[in-house]
Amino acid sequence: MLDIAAVTGSTAAIGYGLAAIGPGIGVGLVFSAYIQSTARQPESSRLTLPYVWIGFAVVEALALLGIAFGFIWAG
Amino acid sequence: MAVQSMVLADVPFPPSVEDFYLPSILPWGEHDNYWFTKITALVWLTTALIIIFFLVSYRKPQLVPTKKQWIAESVYGFVRNNVAVEMIGPAGVRFAPYLTTLFTFILLNNFWGIVPFVQISPNSHIAFPAMLAAVSYVMFIWVGIRHHGFVKYMKVSLIPPAPWFILPLLIPIEFFSTFLVRPFSLAVRLFANMFAGHMLLLVFTLGGFAMLNANAWFLPFSLVSWAMTIALTFLEFLVICLQAYVFTVLTASYVQGALADEH
Repeated sequence: MLDIAAVTGSTAAIGYGLAAIGPGIGVGLVFSAYIQSTARQPESSRLTLPYVWIGFAVVEALALLGIAFGFIWAG
Repeated sequence: MAVQSMVLADVPFPPSVEDFYLPSILPWGEHDNYWFTKITALVWLTTALIIIFFLVSYRKPQLVPTKKQWIAESVYGFVRNNVAVEMIGPAGVRFAPYLTTLFTFILLNNFWGIVPFVQISPNSHIAFPAMLAAVSYVMFIWVGIRHHGFVKYMKVSLIPPAPWFILPLLIPIEFFSTFLVRPFSLAVRLFANMFAGHMLLLVFTLGGFAMLNANAWFLPFSLVSWAMTIALTFLEFLVICLQAYVFTVLTASYVQGALADEH
């Protein structure tokens, strides 16, 4: 078969790009919920802030697992 | 321009994991010897700086604090009030010293990542975050067992209040998330953030040189790339503070979960 065009590189990069979609949406949802709740009820902002960071960290862990496994299985 | 490109000729691009293994210091310049490298030196320096700073600033405590005492007190007060007490409740004051140590140690270790001419964080090697995560992991389990007793602690942490027929599904999930994922994600989160940050700065710095090497007319793009490096350094500063805070808050929340009576 004749190659008309070819791309070389690591498929891990593509995989990580796909894997980052989910956590990206998740982190966006966490902060959008925080902004919305603070706009509706400004006095609750300090109360909810620790949960924002915990939620953010838990969601972000997925993207970070993606980085780690990307390097492990980069091949 | 010819001389310049000869100087720049061997810029390695793209950066790789190998860039994190710096040559040894004590047998000077050796490559496969990792007993005393820049990383080791930075960790010792961090430890020394924290110990000396807190000792000196609290040697003669005064009612109206001096500037040094004020800084030390506000760091401790921040962690005690905004992390320990807020997450754990009044019982959290007991854990404030550990959490403050953790916070300052991680913060300073991360901060080496953007100090000019140092620019690598010890936390970009997984060994250091893994050790910190192990300490937090052992501590929150120990605290839980001390508070409840082993059997009750296992019951509290593994059996959520749910109908009995769903428990065979929930118990393994709870076990997996509490005892397996927690230490792993604590360590990997800190490590991956520092690792990716260093990698990002390397890509833009070395990328500028690589473009300049390819063609001297690419100089404007190189300048843009180096300007990006500076902008990303500020982003890194944000990430550095955030990760130190997140690690501390998560440790506090795990301790809180271990001390909680019911789900």
